[in-house]
Amino acid sequence: MKHLLSVDDLSTDEVEALFATAADMHDVQSREVKKLPALRGRTVVNMFFEDSTRTRSSFEIAGKWLSADVINISAKGSSASKGESLRDTVLTVCAMGVDGLVIRHPASGAALQVSQWVDAGVVNAGDGTHEHPTQALLDAYTLQRRLGSLRDRHVVVVGDLTHSRVFRSNVQCLTKLGARVTVVAPPTLMPSGVGTWSAAAGFETSYDLDAVLPEADAVMMLRVQRERMSGGFFPSAREYTVGYGLTRDRLSRLRPDVPICHPGPMNRGLEIAADAADAAQSVVLQQVSSGLAIRMAVLYHLLAGEGA
Amino acid sequence: MSLVITGASLLGEKTADLYVDDTGLLVDSAPAGAETIDADGLVALPGLVDLHTHLREPGREDAETVLSGSRAAALGGYTAVLAMANTTPVTDTAEAATRVWELGREAGLVHVQPVGAVTRGLAGEELAELGLMHRSRAGVTVFSDDGKCVHDARVMRRALEYVKAFGGVVSQHSQDPTLAGPTACCHEGELSGRLGLPGWPGIAEEVVVARDVMLARHTGSRVHVAHVSTAGSVEVLRWAKAQAERDGTWSVTAEVTPHHLLLTTDLLAGYDPTFKVNPPLRPQEDVEALRAALADGTIDAVATDHAPHARHDKEHAFVDAAFGMLGLETALGVVRTALPGLSWADVARVMSVAPARIARLADQGRPLEPGSPAHVVLVDPDAAVTVDRDASASLSRNNPWHGRTLTSHVVHTVFGGRVTVRDGALA
Ligand SMILES: [Zn+2]
Repeated sequence: MKHLLSVDDLSTDEVEALFATAADMHDVQSREVKKLPALRGRTVVNMFFEDSTRTRSSFEIAGKWLSADVINISAKGSSASKGESLRDTVLTVCAMGVDGLVIRHPASGAALQVSQWVDAGVVNAGDGTHEHPTQALLDAYTLQRRLGSLRDRHVVVVGDLTHSRVFRSNVQCLTKLGARVTVVAPPTLMPSGVGTWSAAAGFETSYDLDAVLPEADAVMMLRVQRERMSGGFFPSAREYTVGYGLTRDRLSRLRPDVPICHPGPMNRGLEIAADAADAAQSVVLQQVSSGLAIRMAVLYHLLAGEGA
Repeated sequence: MSLVITGASLLGEKTADLYVDDTGLLVDSAPAGAETIDADGLVALPGLVDLHTHLREPGREDAETVLSGSRAAALGGYTAVLAMANTTPVTDTAEAATRVWELGREAGLVHVQPVGAVTRGLAGEELAELGLMHRSRAGVTVFSDDGKCVHDARVMRRALEYVKAFGGVVSQHSQDPTLAGPTACCHEGELSGRLGLPGWPGIAEEVVVARDVMLARHTGSRVHVAHVSTAGSVEVLRWAKAQAERDGTWSVTAEVTPHHLLLTTDLLAGYDPTFKVNPPLRPQEDVEALRAALADGTIDAVATDHAPHARHDKEHAFVDAAFGMLGLETALGVVRTALPGLSWADVARVMSVAPARIARLADQGRPLEPGSPAHVVLVDPDAAVTVDRDASASLSRNNPWHGRTLTSHVVHTVFGGRVTVRDGALA
């Protein structure tokens, strides 16, 4: 594995191998000394063109626990506005001898483009509304630990699909692992052409959360940006919650063994009621620790040893 | 200097010699002491006319200048180009238009006809000095805010009314900014959904085309639709042209770019900004509709939308990269490749005669007969040329055709009796 740009680049076996490594890494987390020597002498740069404290910290800790030298570069604001091209920006950083480049960028496709310009291994830590592969891996890993195999399990993904990189990576990852996936959103928040896309990619779509929820083996709530309201995507927060929120009422109709995921940060009261966020079946905090294990596994597979 | 062109096939039909006297006019007998071009096996067409060229001067001379763009145009077989107004500063005054016109004359390789902005600073609010631009030495007749849509219906109405006084035409970049958001850069469809790129739906073009033809009908004016890109727009145009013909009081004309005749939206799958263009590349169904509309005359002309960009303006993330691709040097080859069944008379119609008529360039797009100015392009119809972006005369390299093989090759270009391109190279 040279880069991790998209879940689509990974075979099912590679996903399972990453999960196996992540399980080992998970064990490290419960040790008193949380340090492995695997990436000693390797330099990883977290280059974030968009703020994300949780993703950046997760990659930072993952790198440090593997003994890599980790440098954070905040390059917020488009490089275009500073008059420098993205290519020049990343080449300048990589000229300092970087082995791994973890990139978060507000533009879709940026990680792929960067991977074509640099020698370092590139990890896509979220590119615009395109993909967020480590999030998808950590979600699937979390669910797999909870449910056992995901084969034929029904995962329901709810929220702003149009603008969600988490959704795009998750449908790939979950269907790869044999899960049945239904995505639910109001028509205005469904990506264009989703009908053709879903048929080819093997997931289902629905506008009706209440019709889908009784069959769910897992529920994945997506964050709804409040600015979507002014964008005319739906009439009000109240109406969104009634139609698509994981409300207390919907929670009460969910089987108690159905895990609830959310990539965070949560809008409590909008897409997820506080009761649901804090429910015993919520795996939100497990997602965070899984994230660390997955990112350690990704960095390890990318950067450790010969031909890794 | 006088010129004799021997053995060319005029519009791909009868073979004849062409004679050019030392004033640059086609004449009916060989002038004494003339230079000779052997055009055996070549097709002669009237010099090509481009309704839609971005020359970037003034303001972005690192991307293109009037001179470098003129060179590219000559190599592509052009003898006239209309230079779009979205320069820095904008071509929205008589002085600015005259300056571009003068730079074109100094370059001397093609007729460079400035396009005037419709609104001051392309801001879409107040009309630019349309009449003064027309009265200037540049004699501006085509007005466009290209790059931006004249979105306010009232402003568009006034512009259409105003240019009637001097036979002007408004060339519209049809893009409803509320339907195609500020970052729209990919045809809205399954691919944009999967790639997570902001969608630019065909309907954002179609509603403006529909509105503008109604405004042209209402005002009794002339509207020109720049770079038509969808089958829906073609349907509207087909209807509107029938209405205009029946009414006889107004007109609508339209152009299509070479790239919209051959390239499709799936090229965006790799996020290569070379293929980022506005309007965006569309699916195959649209491409087919555009080809049919060009062949049957619903779309009048091919216009390049030649849009040179410095390398660093394309080396951004896809949504941040500049829109546009080069087109002058490859246009004829692309049209021939996309529409191999198009007759040479039809090629001349869509690449020379109709654009000259729309822009009211009386000297251009004329039949190759005595009395016409000697604007001639000589084409090898059977050549297969592999495009090399580094061989371009443009200062920019954003060439979507790099590595592709195109049919036909411009061998010689003659501008007003002067040979500007000889044997495929600048003379
Ligand atoms: Zn335009």
